[in-house]
Amino acid sequence: MTDAAWESLSNQAVAAAGLLYFLALLAHLIEWASLRKMPVASGSSARASVDVPGGVAVATGPDGADDVAGEQRARRTAMFGRLGYLVTWLAVAVHLVGLVGRGMAADPNRVPWGNMYEFTLAGTFVVAALYVALYRRLRLAWMAPIVLAFVLSVLMVAVIWLYSPVAPLTEALDSYWLVIHVVSAIVATGAFTLGGITSALYLVKARSLAKHGPRQSGYVARLPQPEALDRVSYRLHAFGFPVWTFAVLITGPIWAHQAWSSYWNWDPKEVWAFITWVVYAAYLHARTTAGWKGRNAAILALVGVATLWFNFIGINYFSSTSQHSYAGSAPAIHVAPER
Amino acid sequence: MNTALSTRPPEDDRRPGELTFRELLRWIWRQITSMRTALILLLLLALAAIPGSVIPQQGVDSLKTSNWQDDHPKLTPIYERLGLFSVYDSAWFSAIYILLMISLVGCIVPRTLHYWRGLRARPPKAPRNLTRLPDHAAYTTPEPPEAVLERARSTLRRRRYRMEADGDAISAERGYLREAGNLVFHLSVVVVLVGFAMGGLFGYKGGVILLVGDDYGFSNTPDQYDEFNPGSLFSADRMEPFSFSIDDFSVDWLTTGRRAGMARGFASHLDYQETLDGPEQSYDLRVNHPLSIGSTDVFLIGHGYAPVITIRDGDGDIVKSGPTIFLPTSQSFQSIGVVAAPDAEPTQVGLEGEFYPTVAFSQQTGSYYSLLGKPLDPMVSMLVYTGDLGMDDGVPQSVYSLDKSRTTMLTKKDGTPYRIDLREGETVKLPDGLGTVSFERLERWNKIQISQTPGKWIALAGVVLALVGLLGSLFIRPRRVWVRARRDGDGTLVEVAALDRSGGGDVAAVVDELVEALQREDQS
Ligand code: HEM
Repeated sequence: MTDAAWESLSNQAVAAAGLLYFLALLAHLIEWASLRKMPVASGSSARASVDVPGGVAVATGPDGADDVAGEQRARRTAMFGRLGYLVTWLAVAVHLVGLVGRGMAADPNRVPWGNMYEFTLAGTFVVAALYVALYRRLRLAWMAPIVLAFVLSVLMVAVIWLYSPVAPLTEALDSYWLVIHVVSAIVATGAFTLGGITSALYLVKARSLAKHGPRQSGYVARLPQPEALDRVSYRLHAFGFPVWTFAVLITGPIWAHQAWSSYWNWDPKEVWAFITWVVYAAYLHARTTAGWKGRNAAILALVGVATLWFNFIGINYFSSTSQHSYAGSAPAIHVAPER
Repeated sequence: MNTALSTRPPEDDRRPGELTFRELLRWIWRQITSMRTALILLLLLALAAIPGSVIPQQGVDSLKTSNWQDDHPKLTPIYERLGLFSVYDSAWFSAIYILLMISLVGCIVPRTLHYWRGLRARPPKAPRNLTRLPDHAAYTTPEPPEAVLERARSTLRRRRYRMEADGDAISAERGYLREAGNLVFHLSVVVVLVGFAMGGLFGYKGGVILLVGDDYGFSNTPDQYDEFNPGSLFSADRMEPFSFSIDDFSVDWLTTGRRAGMARGFASHLDYQETLDGPEQSYDLRVNHPLSIGSTDVFLIGHGYAPVITIRDGDGDIVKSGPTIFLPTSQSFQSIGVVAAPDAEPTQVGLEGEFYPTVAFSQQTGSYYSLLGKPLDPMVSMLVYTGDLGMDDGVPQSVYSLDKSRTTMLTKKDGTPYRIDLREGETVKLPDGLGTVSFERLERWNKIQISQTPGKWIALAGVVLALVGLLGSLFIRPRRVWVRARRDGDGTLVEVAALDRSGGGDVAAVVDELVEALQREDQS
């Protein structure tokens, strides 16, 4: 295949993945809409409400009464849940094709993250892939509509505003440390994003519980109990934090040392990566500190995600001192000597 | 949840008003080493790092900093007093991380001792009432209690629990290494900081622009650098006595595709000697491939053009010759530079202007620009200044700009600036008998960065160790499990309970799984 063919394959795959995410979202929305008509599983205990793979807490009538209509509805609901999950899988696979196509379209072939568009493509891929991979293990069914809506919108932003044609990497980016560094940064970003979503829902759930007690309704009623959300959030962060440490405190400095002669330059991008790291360390502490666990820890997790995204979006656009030049066209190598 | 891991001595019941000085100190120490203080200091550190990413930093980009200072004359003195141009060495930033380190050490030392003592501890006795624990399960079975307990023992042993028989119950515990991992992590943070500080204090970083060619060379002494930033405890004795010259420099210019005009594959062919009388060696210096000589690293970080411009004065004497470094200002290597001839007669001559590797003319702007970085049709275009260039009074000035305060610009008869445009090999005669200017040929330069960063391996070892410790701390789950089996009527009542001490595990799942294991083997 020619480079141009790879490039158009990539573009088509990204469009197809977007469509599939949309269909998956639709399936889950139908699932949740028809769940509204059903009573929340009695007690909606942490485990009961998230147990069913591919489905969300389903109870068949107030006292387990098996009226036919209820059972049918339950079956249909579960089917849409599973359908949504399967279509998400498919979307992730197609998304991967889009990503690989980007790399194959470049001459010489390379990893597909040389600019904002590619970084966003890879980031959303990791968010979606982690979600499907952890779906059973962490029982993430309740997260489906939120994750899909998130991935879909970010992907749309990428295609509409960030798109740039395939181009070779600048010299400084041409290093295998780039591969390792960026892979780990993207993976951590994906995990932190899912963790942030969970922490946000924790806050929503805890608030609604405080306000309405057990008489909640709608989506929030079917969310797992706050303790379960807190635990899922912790596990996502506990996965993300070492990966982030590896990305910004090990491979980043090694690469910086090779490319720019000193391993830590207090470059704005590095500063914000450090800030993110410190905030997440604070989150991990907060979870074990009396008076901070729960609400405050969840807020710290959201602050962490905010610093993470600010670093990715804000610094690229607002800071001109950064030597990390994903946005716009980078000078080949740092040309103007500083004096 | 975490009280079990806290090493703080229990609060003594001090009566009010009885705070002796020693107790006060102890109280302060306890505050500093509390987890809450660490948390707040961490957040402060994050907050304090922000200004340095917004305000240009002296140590990061000094040119940008001085430009910013020129643009903000009112704010500059205030910012200067607050150390906002070098946040990361400012007193307040240092205060935060030094406090954090004190807190950290004060926290891990007692914890380490405590951990050491606890290392051989036996699992604690089973609580009297297991069903009081938040995660528990119970079932009855016709088997005798001894059989159940024996099975529980073998199941738990397989899961590598440390066990203790305790009457009709078994106490089991595992995950001791979690605390070790946590201690290693915190200790490594200190190690990283030590390594980092060594680099900052004893190291240096410098840059030099060196012309390509065997005629030009560099030897590693401070006065040979164009810019030199030593750490505060740096001593020049530790500089390695190497020297090098750039034999050849090559670039691949992309001529097709979307980034046509972009340069890749820079390679600087270095001839170097590690010591004064060492053998001559060679190395292809490329981006991302530095040369290490001893503990010093040499990097290629930039390149550009140096047109060789010769000025003959009114008497026909050569008053200036040789390559002049022009600094690139754009992707296509449009570059700026000055040529000064303070010894010219009848008056000093200064040229200031631009260099275009491949010149083109834009009808739109009415001026020249550079089409490509590759030198296909190089040209310099400069304005001419005469008078006093201010180079005799010993005030140091940049070699990239002219002091034009006491000069006049040559103009044509119609008042427009007199501009000399020279292609390679051309000569023009200046008006009024000022002499001639020739653009003889084109040379190139490389910007070489050189740094010595002691402690970098310590810092690297520290972070790697920190990561290992972190993995232990986050993924080893310290757990206590109790199984009690006792006669109950004509069957046996089995109770299982578990406690997760990390606050992250799904303990209910552990209990379920254990019960399932006990019951599964029940049937077999
Ligand atoms: C440089 C500053 C520090 C950093 C980056 C840091 C980072 C961390 C991290 C990442 C964890 C793991 C959390 C977990 O296991 O869930 C942790 C745990 C812990 N840290 Fe720190 N820490 C710092 C300073 C301190 C200080 C000063 C103290 C002393 C009060 C402290 C006490 C603890 C304790 C007791 C734990 C165990 C929490 C647990 O078992 O879950 N840390 N720290």
